[in-house]
Amino acid sequence: MNERPAATLSPGQDAAAARSGTPKIAIRGLSKAFGPKVVLDGIDLDIQAGESMLVIGGSGSGKSVLLKCILGLLHPDAGSIKVDGEEVVGLYGAELDRVRRKFGMLFQNAALFDSLPVWENVAFGLIQGQRMARGAAREIALQKLGAVGLGEDVGELMPAELSGGMRKRVGLARAIATEPEIIFFDEPTTGLDPIMGDVIDRLIVKCVKELGATALSITHDMASARRISDRVAMLYKGKIIWTGRTAEIDRSGNPYVDQFIHGREEGPIQMQVRDL
Amino acid sequence: MPILQPIGRTFLVFLEATGRLTLFTALSLSHCLRPPFYPRLVFRQMVEIGYYSLPVVGLTAIFTGMVLALQSYTGFARFSAESAIPNVVVVSITRELGPVLAGLMVAGRVGASMAAEIGTMRVTEQVDALDTLATNPFKYLIAPRLIAGLTMLPILVLIADIIGVFGGYIVSTQKLGFNPVTYLKNTWDFIEPQDVVSGLVKAAVFGFLVTLMGCYHGYNSRGGAQGVGTATTNAVVSASILILSFNYFITELFFAR
Repeated sequence: MNERPAATLSPGQDAAAARSGTPKIAIRGLSKAFGPKVVLDGIDLDIQAGESMLVIGGSGSGKSVLLKCILGLLHPDAGSIKVDGEEVVGLYGAELDRVRRKFGMLFQNAALFDSLPVWENVAFGLIQGQRMARGAAREIALQKLGAVGLGEDVGELMPAELSGGMRKRVGLARAIATEPEIIFFDEPTTGLDPIMGDVIDRLIVKCVKELGATALSITHDMASARRISDRVAMLYKGKIIWTGRTAEIDRSGNPYVDQFIHGREEGPIQMQVRDL
Repeated sequence: MPILQPIGRTFLVFLEATGRLTLFTALSLSHCLRPPFYPRLVFRQMVEIGYYSLPVVGLTAIFTGMVLALQSYTGFARFSAESAIPNVVVVSITRELGPVLAGLMVAGRVGASMAAEIGTMRVTEQVDALDTLATNPFKYLIAPRLIAGLTMLPILVLIADIIGVFGGYIVSTQKLGFNPVTYLKNTWDFIEPQDVVSGLVKAAVFGFLVTLMGCYHGYNSRGGAQGVGTATTNAVVSASILILSFNYFITELFFAR
């Protein structure tokens, strides 16, 4: 129903986007190059309010660049990004901060602030971004830590004292602390054992559902992809080559998607590997 | 011609780096003056730069004052001009050695640590995390450090001046046979307010340069541990060179007739 024709490199303008009103995030013709290397090449993508969209693609395919362009951390060379119908490309300063307050993000390695205890990491957006009193922010931070399965005692630890799974959970608590409308997850299960990966995925689904947030995730981990997303878009050579419902990804009929989700070496995606 | 290409390329790279640094400096200064301010962070940086640099700056100052007295004596004794030692010590320390040596020591201690800390934050996406939490890294990371550097270096140098003169006093009175009262009187009579003020102005400029270089190289570091290492080295080297060159220009500004 939503799939593009197999193996076509056409933009992934999705039919689902067109059937409802203003998308939460609408991306049109987004391009970004670093010197001669074109990373994003005219991307079109709509993410509806309340849905969980996942972008898959090989390493270096531009998934992280896409997230950073939406957040205003990178400036695209061309194209438009609208959040709730408001153009964010070209915004800066207070205007950009206002839009960023709609977002929460779980970074790949959690990106916790080394110099602050865990509770202050979680409360950071409340204290600095929303100017909340430290006492009240601490209460909320401890509550959010509880929501991701961490006790109050963890709040006093420093990030260096945490395991990989705990860091991810603290990162998730920080991402949801301000109760954002949109949450980004950058490789949420990378570096975790499969069981902890499942725990994090379930927490992500729970938190997103409770907040009623819109989610955009990027990952290589197909098990995680199936657990956390409603829809999937595949990025290849700077373009969205397929979008569709996660439940139907096995029947995409797209050889690029098939090769990627089954992790096969043979197929249309050729990896540049030098012979030994 | 092939020989002109590398020259042109180097020149363009230099212009690009200069432009980037100028923009970074202007942006940093503008964020120092515009709210929101972070007094808690400014205070923390003041303690880091001022209080924790005191031992190393104090030791540098006292030994410099002692060596200065000793070397001046060996030179001046040939012309029976030993009585000029208090004057030489106090002028050298307040005008030049106090601010320059304190600046260089702080560049090594604080500039390097700032570049390493901010550089690590950059490569581990902590700077991006600040942005996504609607907190401007220039306001949160850089402005407090610049304000602390600008204000704490003059205080450090004032203390270094006193300790340096005391070092010269110790050697002169304990080893070279000077009368303590006469030594202090000569020191006090010879020193001019301009000597101390010029040193403190230099210190403020050096404090700004050291923190600016630490923040600039850390903020722009790329590529993991190696990138952070390079940023740290560049921060110390560029701050040291800038201290020595700005020292000349400020000296000319104050004392050229």
